[in-house]
This record gives sequence, C-alpha cells and structure tokens, in this order.
Amino acid sequence: MLNWNGIRSRLRDYPWWLVGILFLVLGTFYLILTQPTFNEAFAFIKAGLSVTLSTTFSAFGIALVIGLLAGLGRISSNVLIRNIATLYIELVRGIPMLVLIFVIAIVVVPAMVSGLNALGATLAENGLPFLAALFSGIENKEVPMTARAITALAATYGAFLAEIFRAGIQSIGKGQMEAARSQGMSYVQAMRYVILPQAVRNVLPALGNDFISMLKDSSLVSVLAVRDITQVTRLYTGQTFRYQEAFTTLAILYLTMTVILSLLVKTIEGKLRRNE
Amino acid sequence: MNNPDAMIFMRDLHKSFGTIEAVNGVTLSIGRGKVMVIIGPSGSGKSTLLRCINHLEIETAGEIWVDGEKLTRDQTQLNRIRAEIGMVFQHFNLYPHLTVLENITLAQQIVRRRTKAEAIEIARQQLDRVRILRKKDDFPFQLSGGQQQRVAIARALAMNPKIMLFDEPTSALDPEMIKEVLDVMLDLVEDGITMVVVTHEMGFARRAANEVVFMDRGKVVEQAAPEAFFTNPQSERSQLFLSQILNK
Repeated sequence: MLNWNGIRSRLRDYPWWLVGILFLVLGTFYLILTQPTFNEAFAFIKAGLSVTLSTTFSAFGIALVIGLLAGLGRISSNVLIRNIATLYIELVRGIPMLVLIFVIAIVVVPAMVSGLNALGATLAENGLPFLAALFSGIENKEVPMTARAITALAATYGAFLAEIFRAGIQSIGKGQMEAARSQGMSYVQAMRYVILPQAVRNVLPALGNDFISMLKDSSLVSVLAVRDITQVTRLYTGQTFRYQEAFTTLAILYLTMTVILSLLVKTIEGKLRRNE
Repeated sequence: MNNPDAMIFMRDLHKSFGTIEAVNGVTLSIGRGKVMVIIGPSGSGKSTLLRCINHLEIETAGEIWVDGEKLTRDQTQLNRIRAEIGMVFQHFNLYPHLTVLENITLAQQIVRRRTKAEAIEIARQQLDRVRILRKKDDFPFQLSGGQQQRVAIARALAMNPKIMLFDEPTSALDPEMIKEVLDVMLDLVEDGITMVVVTHEMGFARRAANEVVFMDRGKVVEQAAPEAFFTNPQSERSQLFLSQILNK
C-alpha cells in the first residue's frame, strides 16, 4: 500500500527552490552550448573568472585577519584599542560600499603611499638607508588597481567579520576564560587555546555566508576597471551591444558559484549541529 | 593566629560591586596543609572572597598574601601564582572542544611547559586518582555532572598546585552524584593539600575542615573548629543559619 502521508510530507519538504535554480542554470548553459551569441558572450566573460575568484579569495583572507584583530579590539579592556576598533567598524558601516571602494582606492591608498614615502625619506635622513629602501620609491601609479580593489574589499569586509568574531567570542561563557586564567594562562593564551577555537567553530556558518556576500560584492570592483567578470561583461557589451546574452550569462555565473558555496555552508552547518 | 607566614593570608579585604559591599573587611589566614570551609547564606560574599584569592576578582581594598607573596596587579606575577592555585568551579567549566585528556594536558603544556608525553602521563595519574581514567578520550558533554566535576578536579591537580579552591563544587550536581565528588575531595584532604572550600555540604565541613568560617553580609561572623561550630555556635546569626539548614 502507498503511504500517501509520507509522500505528501516529502513533497512538501522537497527543496523545489533548488530545482528552480538548477532549471535556470541548466537552461542558460543549454543556450550557451547551442546559441552562437551566448557562446561568444560566455567565452569572453569567463576570462574574468580568475580575477573575480583571486580577488575574492585574497581579500577574504586579509579580511579574516583584520576582522579577528578588530573583533578582539572591540572587546579589549584598553580604551584606546577599543575605540580605534569601534571607529573603524562604524566608519565602514556608515559609508556605502561602492563609495568606500572609490575612497579607499583613490584617497586612502595614495595617502598611505605618500606616508610610507615620507617615512622612508625621514629614515634616509637619519642614516638608516636599509630601512629607508623598504619604504621609499613606491609610486602611486605603480600600485595596481587590483591591489587597491583587494585592499578596499578587505577593509570593508574586515569590519563585517569583526562583528562576527566579536559576537562569537562573546557567545562563549565567561567561565571558560576564568577556568583558563585560573590555570595561569595569560589572556592571549586563553584566547588562543580556549576561547577562539570554540568561537570560530560557532561562527563558521556566518563566515561562510560573508564569503558568499563578498563573492557577489566583488562585482563592485569593476568600477575600478579591474577586469573581473562584471567588468569584462561591460567591456563585451560595449563592443557588441549584446546586452541580454551577456548579462544573463553574468548573472547565471554568479548564481552558480553562490549556490554551490551556500550548499557547502549548509552542509558544514549541519555537521556542526550534529556534533553538539 | 593571623600571620603572614600562612599559605593564604588576607588583611582587611574589601570587594564592592558598585554600591554593594560583597566582601566587607575580612581578615583570615589559612595554614599550610589546612582545610578551611566557608559557609553562609547565598549572597554573603563567600564565593567572592574565594575568587579574590586568585584574583578572578580584584579587591577594592586590603591585602592578599599567597605563600608569602603579596598579590599585585602585575600580570606576570599573577599568572605565576595562579598556576600554583587550582580552582574548581560550580559549573565545572571544562573546555568543551577538547577531550578529557586534552582538558588536563593543555595548561600543563603551555603554562608548566611540560612535554606532551609528560603531560599525558601526569593526566593519566590524576584521572586515575579521581577514578575516571576510562573516560579519557570522551568529550565533556558525554559525561555526567559528577564525572565532569571529577575531571575538573583532575585538571586542577595536574598543575601540582599548592592550594585548591573549591567554589560550591557540588551545588550544580544531582544528589546521587554529590557523593562521588565529595569522596574525591576527602581523598585530597588525606593528601594534605591546602584547601579552601565554599560549600553547603555540612557533612563535608564537619568531616574535613580544620576550621569553619561562617560569613554573612560580607563579614566573617564566626570562625571555629567544626565540632565547636556545629555543636555550639556562638553567634545568633549562625545559630539561625544552622537551624534552617539542618532542619531542612
């Protein structure tokens, strides 16, 4: 006999949304394989894939370091450190990401370069030519837009990740810190060996979701003429006027990457929950 | 009786949280190898007093001396002294991401700088001492409350402390698990380690303590040998407390 209730509840819980996405993705790839216009657009756009991926990965790596440091700074008992970390986070949160990318690439990075040059000049005057060599002779035009884009993305996401790390650390009961300190561990040792391993585990899904967000937001670096998939799509449409083919392909490319990643995050999340 | 040569000595200790005086002028000394049990109603400041001994709480006024050394705010000194003071908490506070064995080897390796092999060997001895060696590869969440607390005791002992502090070690346990923890603590008394115990277990206080301290509203109300305290309490406050607790 058929178990109708079982079948009904299975049908209700089935991830139909995923079938929809699969339909869109496969449909588009069918067009790419069969239609010459789509095929040409895809061939052009996929050249930007390595830039999109390498920009995202390197920016996220740097953002993890910035985020961890700023997150620790946010809960520091040192007033100065805490305020610097909070200032950084609030600055980033108060400015639209697109604007921030312009500001960092066009204002902040050149200012840093001038600062380093000035430092180098001072070191040279004071008879430290070895150190001076490290800091001078960098010229603004030598800092490639890709590097500026990575800096901008990393600085922006560093602030988001800082809040994730802070929340993760604060979710660990204060008894853990007390137990570690009572055994003679320093604050840093207690963080490193007791608090952070637990906190990072708790925020792994949130970090994964931010990685996906960053992959999408990496499209913003196209405004700096970095040749990621969004930028090459714009270049392609400028030459061919095939807007529909190009932007459909672009959207489906992002969708394919983000859906794969978000399924990965869901799997990790489920594994973590099972181990609790 | 109050002398700076004692293992723990505190003079006119005060600790306030905002306007609340949790500890309000306590002078006590605990001799080497002695067991002091601190009792009193909840909110009387006994846990806070205990936490002042290893500076988990920093006193607002007064002095604490541990093994002849005055506690300062210097972190290096504090970490060194804390390594000599084992602490057992009400809620165990085991490290949930580590196995039982790793819980016990972690601080040995990074604070005592023992090799992994040494640390494991000592961890095994201590786990055997608290009769739970067979659980060494389990994670804390797989253990009962009583087992977790015994692991916590082993974790503290593995550092070879001169002093053991117990902050209501059986208060979070189911009744049938209290005994296994108290039995382990009684073994320690035999071994002659200096102990300060905050507890509501009057049976333990009577059997194990060299001295019972009764606290109320941040002050030491009465301090006596257990027999004298339980059979003939001097102050009205401790008489009332004992009658309430024993007639339960």
